[in-house]
Amino acid sequence: MSAETLEQAGKAAASGKRTVTVGNGAGSDIDGIENYTVNFGPQHPAAHGVLRLVMEMDGEIVERCDPHIGLLHRGTEKLIEHKTYLQALPYFDRLDYCSPLGMEHSYVLAIEKLLNLEVPLRAQYLRVFFAELTRICNHMLNLGSHVMDVGAMTPNLWLFEIREDCLNFFERASGARMHSAWFRPGGVHQDVPLKLLTDIGEWLDTRLPRLFEDAISLVADNRIFKQRNVDIAVVSKEDALRWGFSGPMIRGSGIAWDIRKAQPYDVYDRMEFDVPVGTNYDCYDRFMVRVEEVRQSARIMKQCLQQMPEGPIASLDRKVVPPKRAEMKSSMEALIHHFKLYTEGFHVPAGEVYVATESPKGEFGVYLVSDGSNKPYRCKIRPTAFSHLQAMDFLMKGHMLADVTAVLGAMDIVFGECDR
Amino acid sequence: MGHNAPAVVNPEGIADELRALVGADLLALVEAHDEITLVVARESIERVMVKLRDEAAYQQLMEIAGVDYLDRAERFEVVYHLLSVTRNHRVRVKVSTDEATPVPSVTAIWPVAGWLEREVYDMYGVIFSGNEDLRRILTDYGFSGYPQRKDFPLTGYVELRYSEEDKRVVYEPVKLAQDFRNFDFMSPWEGAQYVLPGDEKASENASEKKA
Repeated sequence: MSAETLEQAGKAAASGKRTVTVGNGAGSDIDGIENYTVNFGPQHPAAHGVLRLVMEMDGEIVERCDPHIGLLHRGTEKLIEHKTYLQALPYFDRLDYCSPLGMEHSYVLAIEKLLNLEVPLRAQYLRVFFAELTRICNHMLNLGSHVMDVGAMTPNLWLFEIREDCLNFFERASGARMHSAWFRPGGVHQDVPLKLLTDIGEWLDTRLPRLFEDAISLVADNRIFKQRNVDIAVVSKEDALRWGFSGPMIRGSGIAWDIRKAQPYDVYDRMEFDVPVGTNYDCYDRFMVRVEEVRQSARIMKQCLQQMPEGPIASLDRKVVPPKRAEMKSSMEALIHHFKLYTEGFHVPAGEVYVATESPKGEFGVYLVSDGSNKPYRCKIRPTAFSHLQAMDFLMKGHMLADVTAVLGAMDIVFGECDR
Repeated sequence: MGHNAPAVVNPEGIADELRALVGADLLALVEAHDEITLVVARESIERVMVKLRDEAAYQQLMEIAGVDYLDRAERFEVVYHLLSVTRNHRVRVKVSTDEATPVPSVTAIWPVAGWLEREVYDMYGVIFSGNEDLRRILTDYGFSGYPQRKDFPLTGYVELRYSEEDKRVVYEPVKLAQDFRNFDFMSPWEGAQYVLPGDEKASENASEKKA
């Protein structure tokens, strides 16, 4: 009976109407059961963090879904107001800890926009290169956990192999596996060794495609995987716009919107890549959009390797970017600049900007208000998960309890970012 | 050349178009850093938003941010960021309010505004009339106070720990082993708005000399 009603609900959802007819349909035998409430989380392996869902159930069908968030709220925005611009940067790693460099990207671009600071070409290439590596790294975690949430084990293990490689590359570039703090206002923190770039190039050609395509071939056409994802949580284009979707969520709904293409930043305007879109607007499409994004990211990274010039890796404006340590040993001026930048920091002219980049999860925006001092007056972070998670009630209505994990998996939520 | 932030190109004549569209509800239009800000009257926000969505094709509400300016009469600014995916353009809309005056909710126009308004309410205490679900969202169950306000201390007022005696989490007033260190970076040569330590008598002496 419930499968039948689910099908009806699914059809209603596809036609834009959401009528839930449970319990009084023909042949129903559960008339006597009252609605009850299920508490999902906050400690649940499929909740992708500390999410608490309070769900009102009618049998196995979700009637209302109220996400309780904020269990990981650390007051990042408040803390940033009390730190200098540079000291505030590492907080961004800790927002979406699955794709740290994507978060830093918005923030450093916002500062540079307020300062009107130009970044050397090599630094722009390095940023794009590692932002795309971050995208691969993030999608490995999401795709893997998504398939695991709906019952498959092996692909997750294989995709984590790739993720481990990515983390090792981050470590070789910045010294830290996850919290890199490597993008800095004016460029990047330090140059990468040539061997690292050649190693990544080789990895892109050999290890990544083999592991990735193998893992995806296990699930992409898998009957069970499709049964769990196709026609689940269908979102029309209009609804995707109304609910403020972005990233793979809006592309999964058939809108070819990608900030890297539409409003290119750094050297994305020199890159050739395709924007995948969904055709059925369901969880399966969102999954496949991410799969294709991984391939496109690898394509962008290869172009970066071919085009990347030699040169400085950060702006030479010593009022923003500190000098090299070697220079400090011989130049008094460099020593003063270093001291001033690491105590007082740089002052940013008064003004306000909103800078949004295409983070692996969607539009990650930073609304930065400066009052001319060395600390941000206000730094509002626009997380991707906040809008997506809000749509849980709308997405889950009329679906079964077991679909919660599929919908959550396809949303790609990380609570560090959602709760800030 | 300048910065490399996302290139949002303002369409030709967009400022005039928005001025004409919003009409009398517009208090100011600011263009800075290639971004357009519309400051509108608080009561008209719903009307303006419908116009922007339906007539100017700003389909998406990406963000609602609160900002606290302590020295203003209406201390809070509520900042809406709109995005048009068809015109590839962003616009910012601002209203101002104080602790008591509600801002009309835009949840009827964009359902996504529900949580965004809840967050501004949670962080600043700004009330949104018409938002039917105006609960706290990010702070703890049973939290009081509005943490993002500029007069709310960074460390807050309460801290919690697990009490071994009571076998539960207990809340206590916050105790700091060391005072919060807020360094003063304002240069006295660049207009610090206070008397420097040791300079208290300088102005007295000056006035005595004059007398």
